[in-house]
Amino acid sequence: MIKLSNIQKSYKLGKNSLHVLKGINLEIKEGEMVAIMGSSGSGKSTLLNILGILDSQDSGTYFLDSQEIKNLDETKAANYRNKFLGFVFQSFNLISYKTAIQNVALPLQFQKINRKSRQKRAKEFLGMVGLAEWSTHHPNELSGGQKQRVAIARALVTQPRVLLADEPTGALDSKTSYELMELLQKINDSGETIIIVTHEEDIASMCKRIVNLKDGKIVEDKHIKQKLASEYV
Amino acid sequence: MLRNLLNIDTWQEAANSIGKNKFRTIITVTGVFWGILVYITLSGASKGLDNGFEQRFERVSPNSFFTWIQGTTIPYKGFKSGRNFSLKLEDVNFLKSRIKEIKYISPAINRGVFGNGTTIIKRGSESESYGVYGHFPAILNISDKEIYDGGRFFNQLDIDNKRKVCLIGERILNDFFEEWEEPIGNNITIDGEFFTVIGIMKFVAGGGIEKDSDIWIPFTTFQNLYNTGERIGWLSVSAHDEYDVKIVEEKVKSLIKYKYDVHPNDKSAVNGFNIGEIFDRIKKFAKGLTLLSIVVGIATVFGGVIGIGNILLISVRERTKEIGIRRALGAKPDEIRLQIIIESVTLTLLSGVSGIVVGSFVLYTIDFFTKNMSDFPYTNPTVPISNIIGVLIFMVVLGSLIGLIPAQRAVSIKPIDALRED
Repeated sequence: MIKLSNIQKSYKLGKNSLHVLKGINLEIKEGEMVAIMGSSGSGKSTLLNILGILDSQDSGTYFLDSQEIKNLDETKAANYRNKFLGFVFQSFNLISYKTAIQNVALPLQFQKINRKSRQKRAKEFLGMVGLAEWSTHHPNELSGGQKQRVAIARALVTQPRVLLADEPTGALDSKTSYELMELLQKINDSGETIIIVTHEEDIASMCKRIVNLKDGKIVEDKHIKQKLASEYV
Repeated sequence: MLRNLLNIDTWQEAANSIGKNKFRTIITVTGVFWGILVYITLSGASKGLDNGFEQRFERVSPNSFFTWIQGTTIPYKGFKSGRNFSLKLEDVNFLKSRIKEIKYISPAINRGVFGNGTTIIKRGSESESYGVYGHFPAILNISDKEIYDGGRFFNQLDIDNKRKVCLIGERILNDFFEEWEEPIGNNITIDGEFFTVIGIMKFVAGGGIEKDSDIWIPFTTFQNLYNTGERIGWLSVSAHDEYDVKIVEEKVKSLIKYKYDVHPNDKSAVNGFNIGEIFDRIKKFAKGLTLLSIVVGIATVFGGVIGIGNILLISVRERTKEIGIRRALGAKPDEIRLQIIIESVTLTLLSGVSGIVVGSFVLYTIDFFTKNMSDFPYTNPTVPISNIIGVLIFMVVLGSLIGLIPAQRAVSIKPIDALRED
């Protein structure tokens, strides 16, 4: 599903340049649930941004669903993001003046799907995350856990090939975090590829594979026995 | 791009984000609103003024003028300055036969106005002083006189027989007659002589020197009554349509000067009042006012639109994160751009249309309250629909252009940077 070979990335900071990714090789197969770990500054967010086509690598190749991702203009990148990828952010990033269902339907709007089917699909996905009754509520009327569920529904509504989550539990208490992980595990069980960036050990242990980053390099890449979040709840 | 433009969602999004901050939206659109309001009101008012004057003068041939004699101011051919003289009846034929441009010429004389004597008009116990005018029927060719139903103007027979008949103004009717009385055929006394009322003159304000309390009698009767001989007070002249009335006026004046030995450069000895010229001046004034309204309107709208662009820049800045989210979710730069431009155009149009509506209402209100004010020349103030459409197009173009700036700003930030924004 994802194949990265020798990805390099550096940022210019005035006269110096900061070498953030120093040759990342990574292959992720369909249906995997991968945690990318590392302390801050390890390059994990940069890696996720490159995976999410929000940023581009300086060198190296990136194949997403056997499609090489390089030299995309903004329009194409937007198209790929919309079609292949779903995003979940630490701070939810819901649009505050839209209701839950409008937020979920938004990516479909960019696909020019008509209002009726958008509404129907969004409702379906809101139901899947257990928030069917909250569809007409605005984000400020939802709890943190509920907001993140709406965000997950929004990320999945386009049926992307890969779900990218950047510290999805970072703003949640541990009980809510585990509930959320339970949901993500359920989604993964249905075949969705999920990549989670986290620095929390317990969250990482609920994935099937842990990739450890340090100073821009992968220092450890291990498959683990997944802990079921339902046991913690 | 076009498909997005026709997409209801694009408009919905624009409407949402405009509606999000209503107070700011209202403040923002005030600038353009005000500009359009100024334009509509001013240009409608100038049209109303134009129409008003046109209506005032429609009874008077615009190709006509009056001329009369005042004291000379330059000594000439042995005469001292300050000499006073009068035009004579024979001058009518003298001028007409020598100046082919003259279409109609009609002499007139009066008493009781301009300080030339007083009159005593009586009916029963009522007594008043009104202006008495001696006219020929030919005056009707130059300036129309409307007479209420049942009455008539005097005719050639009245002139020939020096009949004691008169037309009276509306106010005299009210002063002298009870409401139930029939004035036509009744008598009034003009300086001791009985006159039969044959018509009531309808008063139209502004159409020259007339008042609503004038009495018109046949010229010949006037001569007899006041013993004025061949003297006349002034001449009303109209020119054939193909000639410039100004030139005809000059010709007539010079001929009079020649005949009465007035210095050719004596400007005030032979005076005149040229309705065409006055009319022209008013037309020019109205045109100037229209031009002014366009300039002021455009300038204000310009300022207002820049204000809209400015607010949109701030609004785009505030929405950086939201725009980042949208782009992460797959919104293309063109879609973002279009949305901002549509917001700009919508704001511009919103304010413009409300300006047009309120402006029309202001015009309507002024029209409503001045409709019955006969001394206020203001009729049917309108702005042509083509101008309104032009204004709307102007605003759409301006709104789109100014919207380009915040639109470009919105997509110039990379989505990843936009997402980091808090």
